[in-house]
Amino acid sequence: MDETLLDKVWRAHTVKMLPSGQTQLFIGLHLIHEVTSPQAFQMLREAGLKVRLPERTFATIDHIVPTASQMRPFGDLLAEEMTVHLVRNCQEFDIRLFDLNSGMQGIVHVIGPELGLTQPGMTIACGDSHTSTHGALGALAFGIGTSQVRDVLATQCLAMAKPKLRQIRVEGRLARGVYAKDVILSIIQRLGVKGGVGYAYEYAGSAVEAMAMEERLTICNMSIEGGARAGYVNPDATTFDYLRGRPFAPQGEAFDRAVAWWRSMATAPGATFDDVVTLHGGSIQPVVTWGINPGQSVGVGDRIPNPAQAPETDRAAWTEALAFMDFKPGQPIAGTRIDVAFIGSCTNARLSDLRSAAQVARGRKVAKGVRALVVPGSQAVAAAAEAEGIHVIFQEAGFEWRKAGCSLCLGMNEDKLKGREICASSSNRNFKGRQGSPMGRTLLMSPAMVAAASIAGEVVDVRELLR
Amino acid sequence: MSGDSVRRQIVGRGIPLPGNDIDTDRIIPARFLKSVTFEGLEQHVFADDRVQAADHPFNEDRYQGASILVVGLNFGCGSSREHAPEALRRWGIRGIVGGSFAEIFFGNATALGVPCLAVAPKDVEWLMGAVAHQPEREIVLDVEAERVRLGDRTIPARLPEAARKQLLTGTWNATAVLLEAGEEIARVAQGLPYLSGY
Repeated sequence: MDETLLDKVWRAHTVKMLPSGQTQLFIGLHLIHEVTSPQAFQMLREAGLKVRLPERTFATIDHIVPTASQMRPFGDLLAEEMTVHLVRNCQEFDIRLFDLNSGMQGIVHVIGPELGLTQPGMTIACGDSHTSTHGALGALAFGIGTSQVRDVLATQCLAMAKPKLRQIRVEGRLARGVYAKDVILSIIQRLGVKGGVGYAYEYAGSAVEAMAMEERLTICNMSIEGGARAGYVNPDATTFDYLRGRPFAPQGEAFDRAVAWWRSMATAPGATFDDVVTLHGGSIQPVVTWGINPGQSVGVGDRIPNPAQAPETDRAAWTEALAFMDFKPGQPIAGTRIDVAFIGSCTNARLSDLRSAAQVARGRKVAKGVRALVVPGSQAVAAAAEAEGIHVIFQEAGFEWRKAGCSLCLGMNEDKLKGREICASSSNRNFKGRQGSPMGRTLLMSPAMVAAASIAGEVVDVRELLR
Repeated sequence: MSGDSVRRQIVGRGIPLPGNDIDTDRIIPARFLKSVTFEGLEQHVFADDRVQAADHPFNEDRYQGASILVVGLNFGCGSSREHAPEALRRWGIRGIVGGSFAEIFFGNATALGVPCLAVAPKDVEWLMGAVAHQPEREIVLDVEAERVRLGDRTIPARLPEAARKQLLTGTWNATAVLLEAGEEIARVAQGLPYLSGY
């Protein structure tokens, strides 16, 4: 039978079928951070359990770290306490921690691929919904809750039901000024924020095949925003080239053997899917969200829709979203004034994201009254960007150049919106209150679009600035 | 497994929470996750929504003491924070009935022994109306029979078979079940090329 990558990875990691009917699935790589792990370690202690394979769990600190100064102790005592606990837990259970002084710290979903920890054919879990990111390298990666973090620590396994599989094909060439972020926002707009529940997404088609690894990471990252717990791209030459030479990737002859295995795990040409959806990449334009979930978006040239035209199950949500955002149906999204611009997050804080934004910012100035932040996804991204002088481009344009962390994506650190501020953001969620102010408003878009908005002081089509 | 962990039926007063796609940031805003324990989360459940809407159900006296939450579609989408079902559980919620649930939230709630039963949208609407009309009446979430009862009305409900079995046998804390595999775990690990240098 022609199997999919999902079938092959699932089979290779199946320990046994459980009485519940779920699969006991071996987890090849476990990533942890300071927010969702401390309670899991405490549960282990209370149950008198050890970490089964400490060498397969890696830790970093990202959600609560300040990004202005990372001198310890942190000014925020709760953040400091969480950091102390993470360090102590990693020491006690013999887990490798990429700490602030390691040169390898960063957002967990940025450093996994960057260090070569994430590899094709693996099962990966992390107590964070954006774990789907790692699927970009052809891994099966799931976000989990704290009880499941405990399960993985204690047993290196999860009890899981095998998801259905939807192939999402994006065909054709993307227009200039259209990025992976616009593709995934278009997919979520089309299939809805609950369209992927019960599914894993396989992203394919010529536009996806043509994407660089960092673009694929952006696509897979937001699978969960469409309801799909996992999303992946089949491993190919782009994947292997990306991994070659990375610190935790196999080296020398082992690398060649690895490539042969990685190739063998890709979906076979004749494999079938539970569903197939096709999008035409050439018709995608830069996308901006207008509402309070990532499915509520329009092309930058379009108008905010009228709830009267919404599918019945979405009508109330659209009305609520417009009221919260203080937008009117029929209003063009372009021209929306912004107060804050944020380039960062596990979705869009890699080197190519910063380059695309810097290309727009170069020689221009952030509009008066706009607070603009660039927060690299990791210490390695920051170092690479600084080596290219990208930070200078941003600083000369009036952006703040910060240190690595989750920052303004989720309001767990010092970077927050105030009051009713509107933020043009390269992050992944526009939920009410997500960016740290209960009434703050978020417009999701690509990093280049955020850069364009920061310069214009309002939402504009980045393609006008790229001419 | 101890008898305490078996979840055959959940009986209690209801609290209706209208709306679809209620995300876990709304259930428990991120600033309340700055802690190394889950203690005290119940004080902050729906913290921002409750300030923004004085008539939020969790503010209303008539729903205090309720233990069955009635929700719309895709409840618990977004962040994987187990703090969300923990906050609800610590507030007093013992079972949830709704149109549908986001996957990670569903798993997290089940892992805490909080059953999430899905019913048809028209039944969600009826339940919300009935609870709002007479909040003192008790709802029965029947995990075993996959039914919800309120007054003389019985509504068919769905629960994935795996979760149903875990709840009925009291094995929703998966660690003990997974530990039983013992050497079989090592056998699978030995077969994975990436754990043996390819």
